Amino acid sequence: MTTQSGTTEVRGEPGRAEERNGIDEIHILWISEGMSCDGDTVSLTAAGQPSIEDVVLGLIPGLPKVNLVNKVLSPSLGGEDFLAPYRAAARGELGPFILVIEGSIPNQNIIEGDGYWTSFGNDPETGQPQTLNWWIDQLAPKAWAVVAAGTCATYGGIHAMAGNPTGCMGLADYLGWDFKSTAGLPVVNVPGCPIQPENFMETLVWVLQHAAGAAPPPPLDHMLRPQWLFGKTVHEGCDRAAYYEQADFAEDYTSPKCLVKTGCWGPVVNCNVPKRGWMAGIGGCPNVGGICIGCTMPGFPDAFMPFMDEPPGGTLSSMVIKPYGAVVRRLRGITNVMVNHEPKWRHNKRELTSGYDPRWRA
Amino acid sequence: MTTTDSRTTDRKPAQIVDMSWDPITRIIGNLGIYTKIDFANREVVECHSTSSLFRGYSVFMKGKDPRDAGFITSRICGICGDNHTTCSNYAQQMAYGVKPPRMAEHITNLGEAAEYMFDHTIFQDNLVFVDFCEAMVKATNPGVLARAEQTAAPRGDVHGYRTIADIMKAFNPFEGEVYKEALKVSRVTREMFCLMEGRHVHPSTLYPGGVGTMPQPNTFTDYLSRLMRVIDFIKKAVAMNDDVFDFFYEALPGYEEVGKRRVLLGCWGAWQNPDVVDYRYQSMNEWGKAMYVTPGIVVDGKLVTNNLIDINLGLRIMLGSSFYEDWVNEQPFVTHDPLGNPVDMRHPWNQTTVPVPQKREFDGNYSWVMSPRWFHQQTGEHLALDTGGGPLARLWSTALSGLVDTPYIKATGSSVRISLPKGDQLPETTLEWHIPKWSNTIERDRARPYFVAYAAAMALQFLEEAMGLLRAGETKVFENFEVPDEAIGCGFHEAVRGVLSHHLVIRDKKIANYHPYPPTPWNASPRDIYGTPGPYEDAVQGQPIFEENGPDDFKGVDIMRTVRSFDPCLPCGVHMYMGKGKTLSTVHSPTYGANHG
Repeated sequence: MTTQSGTTEVRGEPGRAEERNGIDEIHILWISEGMSCDGDTVSLTAAGQPSIEDVVLGLIPGLPKVNLVNKVLSPSLGGEDFLAPYRAAARGELGPFILVIEGSIPNQNIIEGDGYWTSFGNDPETGQPQTLNWWIDQLAPKAWAVVAAGTCATYGGIHAMAGNPTGCMGLADYLGWDFKSTAGLPVVNVPGCPIQPENFMETLVWVLQHAAGAAPPPPLDHMLRPQWLFGKTVHEGCDRAAYYEQADFAEDYTSPKCLVKTGCWGPVVNCNVPKRGWMAGIGGCPNVGGICIGCTMPGFPDAFMPFMDEPPGGTLSSMVIKPYGAVVRRLRGITNVMVNHEPKWRHNKRELTSGYDPRWRA
Repeated sequence: MTTTDSRTTDRKPAQIVDMSWDPITRIIGNLGIYTKIDFANREVVECHSTSSLFRGYSVFMKGKDPRDAGFITSRICGICGDNHTTCSNYAQQMAYGVKPPRMAEHITNLGEAAEYMFDHTIFQDNLVFVDFCEAMVKATNPGVLARAEQTAAPRGDVHGYRTIADIMKAFNPFEGEVYKEALKVSRVTREMFCLMEGRHVHPSTLYPGGVGTMPQPNTFTDYLSRLMRVIDFIKKAVAMNDDVFDFFYEALPGYEEVGKRRVLLGCWGAWQNPDVVDYRYQSMNEWGKAMYVTPGIVVDGKLVTNNLIDINLGLRIMLGSSFYEDWVNEQPFVTHDPLGNPVDMRHPWNQTTVPVPQKREFDGNYSWVMSPRWFHQQTGEHLALDTGGGPLARLWSTALSGLVDTPYIKATGSSVRISLPKGDQLPETTLEWHIPKWSNTIERDRARPYFVAYAAAMALQFLEEAMGLLRAGETKVFENFEVPDEAIGCGFHEAVRGVLSHHLVIRDKKIANYHPYPPTPWNASPRDIYGTPGPYEDAVQGQPIFEENGPDDFKGVDIMRTVRSFDPCLPCGVHMYMGKGKTLSTVHSPTYGANHG
């Protein structure tokens, strides 16, 4: 990117000490036409650290130039104008691109005859809706990286619950868990219903830094989640976890205490939201009084339903911790009374009783 | 049904061109618009609208614990999921016979107020207004832009822009000053939302029976301080929108015909009054009228009813063009409402959803959405109500009803007065929204920033009342309940883009039937079995074309403005077919500016 300034050409990016052997310009082709609610795109616009406009306008140093193509944010009027880069990519005529999929992937194979569960544009030959599955089949093998945004795209999510009519699944279930992009990356999963805005942006920026040749690939766990975001549990970052240690549990939702007996799955859910907050450090489910329903997890939602009942494991663990918690709480109570007293030498009498000795030697 | 008059007495021989846009950008969800445009007479003669997504909420919720419904139905929509959760909890509270404590209602109301402010701001300033920004007007109506550069902005003393073109420039995507500020405001308002509901967009603190949010002084001070940071932005937004929209009427005489349809507006009411609501069906008329946005059905400018019981009983879900089996031969779930009134087989309580995926045939079945209608008993019509994108119907119904009278909002019978306090730049301001002459594209868009102001004003009242309760020690936010073996419930609410109702039937403590009816199926429904077209059809068909481009570089901005004015939110799927086939002389799909970047 260059800007004209008088007669001098100014580089849009500060010079770097070492030359990078990376990608200078990359497209992000975002498809939210999985079975989605567009909540992950909307969540993305909530991020401020960094914000999507910061990335698109080149305000983050060391990234390639980013061309974001996303239906909700696209200034184009839509239709073929909007679809042009997707069509070019399907023909293999677009430069390096990151494919982002939002929404569950339906099973087209269960439909007898014609019909579709979800589509994106039309098949130019037939004029019929072009299925999402066709687009994934065309684009995923050509993508420099493939990112699944949100729990629907990562593991199937809500629409894949028991009794669903569409047979839907996550992207890695569809492409195969051993799928590799042209850059040799597996599917990068950022679960969350919806994605925590900054978790997603941080992961995307890491992938972009990797594309620029400035970083190794992002470290992912066995479920292809970023390790640094999903390596700890909700409980390990929760504002209310200390109440658990003291076996002090909320009996209903009018309580600032630990919610494990009212349906919170925090102790066994991989997610950093209480620690990080929802946006700019604000919110974060159990911190504010919301039970953790496990929305980042591969087992979501069925493993956690009915949401408002105590998790089966919670009964045992809260019983085991009860005697310890009761003793500790009592002892702390006693100590707390003690440390709520000022020492006796703080007074306004005519003598100093603090133990002051000007000649004191050890 | 359409009110569009023949605008020209001397019609030229038609020059019909096929134009389509699929997918439509800058909306939520998946929508395609297929039109036939007569360039000789500059009007849209036919339009199909199609959305293709089926997920099956009503199918997979059967047999689940009813208390899970609010958590599940939030996932219907990624921009206003909390509206679904709130509405679901209203329906569950009716079924369980539980009334949340007053403090819980205030917290829910504050969360919803923040949602309206966030959602309308990002939609209006970052999505809709791109159609009115300098870059777009330059590409579609250069003559209008030239005039805008010469036109002083009448409300410049409020918003600070000298000319209309200066305002338009401020909305250029990713670069304009207001565009960028709106993104930031949409974040501050979402932080306010998170203070009440834990996260956005699928809330974590809303339960049937109340909330989990701890009412502490900082809960409300953190919210208030953020509200005051955006209060001047809201005043400026109203002024900028008024300036641009007034200018459009002036610069393009006849623009009122764009997106115009008969006034057929529905509003289901928003923000419960904690002192009145008890969630009993029998008293729903009383507590519905006590809501801080008055429910109502407005036909041809007159209020038909604002009784939620009438509104509920008149709901009819039609088929005719959709990929489903009919359910008329199934056993009904609910034959009579709790007052003994008969409930129709086509009411959502009795609906059974059996999907049948099939080929899209515009002269047969072409839709994953059904056709909600409201049965007008006096006339026997099945009305295809629209929501005016949400704010237009809310303000219209509230203004006509004249019931809302709070420290900051006053409904006068013909207008709504909104008072906002002093901000860091602008003084205390009273805005007045007047019932407009038309239900059209510009008035749908104009109402939106006014409703942001309305939500801000209501938030101030809820904050004051919540702080009062807090200081008096009334901090209970949850009321316990038992799930009954058998029950029915319904919830009525305003999603951001309009009417929202949830209908629930419980048997053996499980969900036997659950049908949510969001605004977009109302707005964009296909023809029903009577051949009654949906609202988009009225609005688009017969609308004039003001764009200066001919068929070769046509962008369709007037059509897109109409479609977006309804605030389409398509995860619920839409299809529509209009008019009768016309002979085509030319076929062309616009691919202007399709550079790969």
